[in-house]
Amino acid sequence: MPLSREQIAMCIAREIQDGYYVNLGIGMPTLVANYIPPELEVMLQSENGLLGMGPYPTKFEVDPDLINAGKETVTVVKGGAFFSTAESFAMIRGGHVDLTVLGAFEVDQQGNIASWMIPGKMIKGMGGAMDLVAGAKKIIVAMLHANKEKQSKLLKQCTLPLTGVGCIQQVVTDYAVLDIREGAFHLRERAPGVSVEEIISLTEGKLVVPDYVPEMVF
Amino acid sequence: MQGLNKIVATYEEAMAGITSGMTIMVGGFGLCGIPEGLIRYVHDIDLHSLTCISNNAGVDGFGLGLWLAKRQIKTMIASYVGENALFEQLSLSGEMEIILTPQGTLAEKIRAGGAGIPAFYTATGYGTLVAEGKEVKEFDGRHYLMERSLTADFSLIRAWKADTYGNLIYRKTAMNFNPMMATAGNITVAEVEEIVEPGELDPDHIHTPGIYVDRVIKGNFEKRIERLMLSKE
Repeated sequence: MPLSREQIAMCIAREIQDGYYVNLGIGMPTLVANYIPPELEVMLQSENGLLGMGPYPTKFEVDPDLINAGKETVTVVKGGAFFSTAESFAMIRGGHVDLTVLGAFEVDQQGNIASWMIPGKMIKGMGGAMDLVAGAKKIIVAMLHANKEKQSKLLKQCTLPLTGVGCIQQVVTDYAVLDIREGAFHLRERAPGVSVEEIISLTEGKLVVPDYVPEMVF
Repeated sequence: MQGLNKIVATYEEAMAGITSGMTIMVGGFGLCGIPEGLIRYVHDIDLHSLTCISNNAGVDGFGLGLWLAKRQIKTMIASYVGENALFEQLSLSGEMEIILTPQGTLAEKIRAGGAGIPAFYTATGYGTLVAEGKEVKEFDGRHYLMERSLTADFSLIRAWKADTYGNLIYRKTAMNFNPMMATAGNITVAEVEEIVEPGELDPDHIHTPGIYVDRVIKGNFEKRIERLMLSKE
């Protein structure tokens, strides 16, 4: 069975280490926060200007001056900090954020990512995504392996306008965990009950498959 | 003698000298930390052909959505405009030019503009549509784009507390673009929630020193919430 959105988030949460500063993008990446092991000390960064993002507020805690990068009301944890957007992107661009998790329309075997624009459709803007992929120490992309017509989103070469070039090292999809290096996807783990053959058929880009591909355990 | 007193009583005084065709920076991220009264004033006096620099473009009927509704913006420089349905119509019909700029690059362009730095290099956007027409330079084996800085005729910002000298303190994530824009406006107008006497703000806690601020007006804020999310408990 391909993974659910929650299982993709759980899978990514396992990559988070104690002491990490982490930026989670909008959508599926946001769910990762729900699965960070409580014994780890981790700070979530929100690029509008918040380090130490907490959960959504109760109706008594709601504060219009306290939102996240998705413009949602949030809270701040003990030991959190507020700062300007320039300061926030100094953290990001300067390589101080340990891990950033974001979604994508396409990635390719060169580590390129397309996530912000579909020509002919409404152009909403890239927000902070181009800065995040240019600056984070480690980037994990959370995405679907293929579209509804079973066309791969893991490509030889991205077809949509790029967000960044050669910057993605790891992808977690509903079918697999893959590393990107030396111009190829490297299969690391597969979703429970998903065969290696299925993953091969859904991956357009060059795919390196080791002799043994473990199944994920939840 | 006015001295260093930056306080004005009316929006007419706060915005004296603002005209059509100007470049105007507007603070805020989404609807958080926007100078609501200053935005409304520009709407009410029918300025047009404006170049507007702001991270977002408000929502339909509130914030910069008011300027969009009256077709007051000629060119919009922003990083994300997805919240606004009218925006789509105006940009597709060619009525309004839009220059999409990565959020961190936008913040740094404004910071640099206020600090007297005409351009800088960043890796952000290299190899993307953002790089078109820009100089690329290699430093230590990595490629960077040259980005020009930004300044404005007027910067319209929002702060939490001001003293009469224009020293400003922001509140929580309502800070966002406001401190950089305060430095990059030829005339910077701060709309604030509370005004106190000099000495009442701890000098250690001031975010924007008064040297950057020309006029301060006390506003009344609706503080509309764009996406109300509540915990399940």
